[in-house]
Amino acid sequence: MKYEDAIKRYDPVIGIEVHVELGTATKMFDAAPNTFGGGPNTNVTPTSLGLPGSLPVVNEKGVEYAIKIGLALGCEIAETCRFARKNYFYPDVPKDFQTSQSDEPIASEGQVEVELEDGTIVTVPVERAHMEEDAGKNTHVGGATGRIQGADHSLVDYNRAGVPLVEIVTHPITGTGDRAAEVAASYVRTLRDIFRALDVSEARMEQGNVRADVNVSLRESPDAPLGTRTETKNVNSFRSIERAVRFEIARQATLLEAGEKVVQETRHFHEETGETSSGRPKSDADDYRYFPEPDLVPLQPARAWVEELRASLPELPAQKRRRLLGEWKFSDLEMRDIVNAGLLEAIEDTVTSGAKPAQARKWWTGEVARLANQEDKHPTEIVTPVQVAGLIDLIDQGKLNDKLAKDVLTGVVAGEGEPAEVMKARDLEIVEDTGALEVAVEEAIAANPDVVEKIKGGKMQAIGALMGPIMKATKGQADAGKAKDLILAKING
Amino acid sequence: MTESSAITPEQVEHLASLSRIAMGEDELKSLAGDLSTILGNVARVNEVAGDDVPATSHPIPLTNVMRPDVVGETLTSEQALASAPAAEDDKFLVPQILGEE
Repeated sequence: MKYEDAIKRYDPVIGIEVHVELGTATKMFDAAPNTFGGGPNTNVTPTSLGLPGSLPVVNEKGVEYAIKIGLALGCEIAETCRFARKNYFYPDVPKDFQTSQSDEPIASEGQVEVELEDGTIVTVPVERAHMEEDAGKNTHVGGATGRIQGADHSLVDYNRAGVPLVEIVTHPITGTGDRAAEVAASYVRTLRDIFRALDVSEARMEQGNVRADVNVSLRESPDAPLGTRTETKNVNSFRSIERAVRFEIARQATLLEAGEKVVQETRHFHEETGETSSGRPKSDADDYRYFPEPDLVPLQPARAWVEELRASLPELPAQKRRRLLGEWKFSDLEMRDIVNAGLLEAIEDTVTSGAKPAQARKWWTGEVARLANQEDKHPTEIVTPVQVAGLIDLIDQGKLNDKLAKDVLTGVVAGEGEPAEVMKARDLEIVEDTGALEVAVEEAIAANPDVVEKIKGGKMQAIGALMGPIMKATKGQADAGKAKDLILAKING
Repeated sequence: MTESSAITPEQVEHLASLSRIAMGEDELKSLAGDLSTILGNVARVNEVAGDDVPATSHPIPLTNVMRPDVVGETLTSEQALASAPAAEDDKFLVPQILGEE
């Protein structure tokens, strides 16, 4: 069954688990550095390796970041919470358990407002956010494709073991209908933006700093009980999340239509095909025998600390968009285009540097974006907000018109210097010599008596016909506004 | 020993499979008996503790033991691998992982 048909026939329910690696200096329970790269098994301590006699100690910064995330998601921060052992045998977990939180997460019951591409707001209910640690990294050797099948043995690097994670779990997300896949991807993107705004993680999807597990189930109608769900693990890009949800909805609908049952299981997403395949059945492997971690005492974040962190929260991306929308008076569509183009910060900084919002938007989304596109770069990689603001300032001062400003911009992008320097070096400044302009205006008026009649008759747009010759005579350096004032003064004077 | 703390051979088999321990029929039966006895003895604590004694996960009244986020001493890969039964490319070598991808 095709996705389009599946979504008409069934009501999809999704649930998402997001893991984010925190950007602390050290691991969650030991003082090994939390850094990407480095030789295998060098960022480890006896605790990272789960050696006998080693004991964990909680990283205060990790707790602080977890609380910040909880607060940003509108969660309650627990007055008391504990760590728990999640027991399972797999070589990437050296202790044979993952230190996590079970029935007492540090943060619970919040929500995230997710803005879809067309501006629709969807509220995603958050069940909990809890602290845990990452696992090491397995490399399978001997298999043709580096996968487990056919591998002779596996090699384990524990550099990542113990890196602080926060896992954020949603309640079932209902009512999304044919936008389920889009909501899933937008939700994770929104979280990514929040992590960055909070400065608690680099939040780079491509480096695995943010990973998503996507649950999908179908039911006959919104009134029906929830159907059997599958969990597609470790989907690591926004596009993949959307594809995985679409694939699972279509696959499950096909099974249900054929009178078959959806099996509750974990599934794997394959980037090359956009398909998911069966992993392991949920049932017994899910028996993690959680129990309170005896080596870590309970955590009771002081209310004063929590309030201090709440007060220190930066403006979150959604709030910022709403505020700037009000301040800048852009249309919703203009604002969305800016956000989608990743230009919100650049334009904000340009405005802070003195430019008018409309001008800043025009230059960033127009000429700067065009030049960047030619070089296959992001606009913010070729000029700085201060430079764009400087360019706009020269226009406002009447030293440049738009055409000359584009030339100056090309020079700035080419690394010739700041806008004012490029303007001087390339000799592009508009001649302040009104004498030359006056001569050009007078000549244009004399040569076009019919146009002058039209202007006298009130057809102001006819002025345009005089601008061509004036610009030609001044080699494009005339200030259009001044020229227009002069024309009117001379005709009506 | 109360009925609720009796452990069945099936439960032991489940635990054994979670723990990746192979066990014969006899072992399962005898362990089920042993574990039931142990649980029964532990359950006697319930007879002593009244309703006014909450479940306790930690025996010492200590909370909020944390350390500053400062990098400390680490092991070298040679030290890390010193006790490993097998290693390759500075990594721990483990037997083929079965059962899931």
